[in-house]
Formats: sequence, structure tokens, C-alpha cells
Amino acid sequence: MKLEFKIITDLVEKNTRVLDVGCGDGTLMDFLKNNKKIDVRGIEISKNNVQKCVEKGLTVIEGDAEKDLIQFPDRSFDFVILSQTLQAFLNPEIVINELLRVGKKAIVTIPNFGFWKVRLQLLIKGTMPITKTLPDEWHNTPNLHMCSIKDFFNFCNNRKIKLDKSFALHNEKTSSISNINLNIKNLSAELGIFLIEK
Amino acid sequence: MNNINDIKKIIVDKPLKLDCGKIINNFPVAYETYGSLNAKKNNAILVFHALTGDQFVSGINPITKKDGWWSYAVGPEKAIDTNKYFVICANVMGGCMGSYGPSNIDPTTNKILGTNFPVITINDMVNAQYNLLDFFKIDQLFCVTGGSMGGMQVLQFVSNFPDKTKIAIPIACTASHSAQNIAFNELGRQSIMADANWVNGNYSNEKLNPDKGLSVARMAAHITYLSKNGLQEKFGRKLQERDDLKFSFDADFQIESYLRYQGSVFVDRFDANSYLYITRAMDYFDLIKQHHGNLSKAFAQSKTKFFVISFTSDWLYPTSENKDIVIALNAIGADVGFVEIESDKGHDSFLLNVPVFLDTLKNYINTSYLNN
Repeated sequence: MKLEFKIITDLVEKNTRVLDVGCGDGTLMDFLKNNKKIDVRGIEISKNNVQKCVEKGLTVIEGDAEKDLIQFPDRSFDFVILSQTLQAFLNPEIVINELLRVGKKAIVTIPNFGFWKVRLQLLIKGTMPITKTLPDEWHNTPNLHMCSIKDFFNFCNNRKIKLDKSFALHNEKTSSISNINLNIKNLSAELGIFLIEK
Repeated sequence: MNNINDIKKIIVDKPLKLDCGKIINNFPVAYETYGSLNAKKNNAILVFHALTGDQFVSGINPITKKDGWWSYAVGPEKAIDTNKYFVICANVMGGCMGSYGPSNIDPTTNKILGTNFPVITINDMVNAQYNLLDFFKIDQLFCVTGGSMGGMQVLQFVSNFPDKTKIAIPIACTASHSAQNIAFNELGRQSIMADANWVNGNYSNEKLNPDKGLSVARMAAHITYLSKNGLQEKFGRKLQERDDLKFSFDADFQIESYLRYQGSVFVDRFDANSYLYITRAMDYFDLIKQHHGNLSKAFAQSKTKFFVISFTSDWLYPTSENKDIVIALNAIGADVGFVEIESDKGHDSFLLNVPVFLDTLKNYINTSYLNN
């Protein structure tokens, strides 16, 4: 399993209720269910991925997180996970608010637009960056609202969202992000992982 | 019809109070089973049939000699694998395949009941069928499932008997029959009642059959089971065994011929009064109202795992109405999954060979059974 999912799994406590928003083919859900006895549900927009989740015996709801989170009661999950999809929503702020309403805590991961390779591509080549975590071209990317680790940090601070834990990922290595090393991590990390609560 | 006396049935001797207030006694519930009940009695699946279905889910229907109505989904190695599960299906109350219905004989008059049969509801149907659990000494079913009116019975079953099934799979249905659906049903009923041979429902006693009215009812309903695109693709404006229009009211178009055929074969196997009573039961179905405007309350006492399935081209029981069930279940933190299957075959998709649907059903049932 990829490192991102390992870190998310470590953040989630055993025997809890988890909602995986944009759960994809259910890889993470499957792992959480079988290894941490977690009562896990998923929302997924792709019909193909929904089928894959059903094959794995996972509880998944076909739907659009931007429209369908509203049906879940306040604090009905211990953790809500949003892996690398925040940037694809029309209104990420509303989605973050919904995650923090539905879940007691949320785990959000973002591809970091502040990563040096991303910056360099735009600076030197003058074209929209294409990397491992941002594989699409400008015209076919689902990403509407790219942000950097620093952007997300500031976003949370400005809205009094507590950043319980923050991790930077680069080349299969993990490190903590703090106010002190924020600028460096914002340059060196491909992915940011945040455990947040209101 | 032949062999009607060979149909398996239980006679329920416990009195049942119907929603209309009437109490019935010693009424028959006709049923069929497939596969075998295991020693733990934890592999039973109760299938509920739709408006014009019956208990003969799979294999050859011994009465009509045609394939069972859910042959694509139920059978050995199929989505609902009868090598593995014990499948039970009952003819609904009001039906015409051996259960208590308007074609039964009234022992006090020795005449066919006709419209002396009470108006029944989905709730009455489910309560009648529940007696099969006692009969087979099954404490808890593994699964209840059904499409269309069968799905409504699934919802009503869990609401009435919250701990009597592990999983529930309502397919292409609704928790509350819409105005549009009531309208189509009324069209069918008026068509039957406008047939002079209906004679206020007394046709059997007078050796008549309102087959024209019933046939038109079926034709109209059949259109609602298909999608516009599906019809266009299958029939378009193709002509029926002719090179050009005949400037007459014969069936020039293939779609006309097809509908006429659907109507004509239907009257051979279905009772007009049953059609009236069952459509009425569907119209009266409103699980939301039964729970004072809050559908979640219908399921609040239950630990049953739900899986709701809808179809993209179903405009009779559209995805939005199926999703309302999902929303109500999520509101109480129930274990509910939902998929919308891509299909151009309309509401009938659940009865037809739609591989993605059949695979989904199979996967959900089998993985749930593993975790059983």
C-alpha cells in the first residue's frame, strides 16, 4: 500500500466509524476495515470504482461528495478522510466545513503545488506543471483549485481550524510540518497530510 | 391455467387484521422455493415479486410454461445462487397464483370474490408472507430483495420486522408512490373497468373476461417500464412485415405489434381484478406517511444492512426516489450502500440481462454472506 494510506491508517484509531470521501476503488477502506476493525463507509462518484468497492464487500454510496455529504448527521463519524480530491471540488471551503461537521476529525491530503519541481516547471518551461501527483494536462485535469501546503496551513489558521497533525511526504519519506519548517516543507514535499478538527 | 391445484401453499390460521380494518382467517399464501435451507438456517433469501409477477422466480413457470420472471438473476451459479441460498418467493396477497385474492371462491356464497375482496396494502402483503418464516422455522432471513413493488415490500418488511433479516436489497423502487405512478395505475384500472366484460368485477361468475381492458392496461404500463432511448433503438419507426404504410389502423409499426402482443399474452396469465387490487396497494404505499413524515423512523429499530440499486433510464422509479431511501438510512447511521446502474432498458432493467446489475447483485450478496 502506498505511504499516504499507511500514514492515514496510523492516524485513525481502532474500532471507530470512518467515512472515506472519494474512496476510489476502496483500497484504503479495505485496509481500514480488515486491519483496524473500522466501520468504514465510502462515497465515490465513478461507477467503475463503486463496482470495485462492492466486489470487495465494502459499503459504498455512489454519489458526489459536494452534494451528498449533506445527508449525514453532525458528528456521525469519528474520522472523515479526503485523499487528494480537495482540489477537484467547485467549492473546497464548503467541502472542508462539511467534513468537519460530519466528522469529529478530518484527514485531508493534498498534492502540494508549492513543490519545487512544480514551481520550476512553470518558471523555466512556462507550462502547467505535470508531476507524479499532478499527472494530467491543463485541459483534462479534474483539478480546479490547486493549493500548496502553505496555502492549506494558512487556510486552516485563518478559519480557526485546528491542525492536530501535519505531515510532508517526499520520495517515500515522511516528516512533520510545523510553523518553523513550513517554508522548507512547502518547497520539498509532494504531498501534505493533515489531521484537522474544529 | 392448469396445475393450479398443485401450487404449494400454506393456510394461515392466525387471524390477520388488514389495513382496511377487516380481519381475515385461514387464508392461503402460495409460495415456491429454490435451493435448500442449510442446517444453521442462515441462508434464506425472501424474494418479493412485482405487480405482475408470481412465486415462480426461476426455471420454467409450471403454469405459464415460460421462464420464471427473475430467471436472469436467480438460479444455480446466478446472481442469487440457488446452489448456495434457499430462495423463497410467495405470490402476493391480491394475486392470482394461489394466494388469497379476488379470484378466490367465497365459501359462504360459492362464488368468486371479485370486488368483494377487500382493498389491501403492501403492508398486508408483507404481513401475510411473514408467516412463511414461521412455516420454515427460520428465525432470521439472510436477505430480503425485490424490484419495483417487490422493493416496496422489502422496505415495508424491514420496517415491520426490524430484526428478521441480515440484509435488504430494494431495487428500482420508492418509499412513497408518486402522483405520476398513481396516474398510470389509474389509467390501467379505468381501462379494465371500461371494458363491458368487467361487469363490476363479476366477470368470472358470468363466464366473461375483460381481456380488452386488461390488455390495454398492460400495453400502457409496458411503455412505462421501458425508456425512450431503448424503444427508439429497438423499434424506431420500423414497419411490421410490410414495405410501406397501409393507411389503416392495423399495426403498421413494429412497436404497435409488440405492444399488442404484450397485451394479448398478459391476459392469458393474469386476472383483471388482481390487477386492480395490486395497483391500488401500490398507490396506497407511503412509508413516509406511515412514519409521520420521517422515513428514517421506519428503519430506526433495525440493524439490517441495506443496499439500494437504481437504473439510469428508469423514469418510473427514478434514481432520486431510490436515493431518498439512502438519505433516510444515512440520517440514522445505518449501514447502507447505493449504486445507480447504467442501462437504457428503463424500469424493466432489473428483470433483464443487464450484466453490470447482475454482477453487482451477486457481489453484494456473496460478500455479505461471507461476513455473515
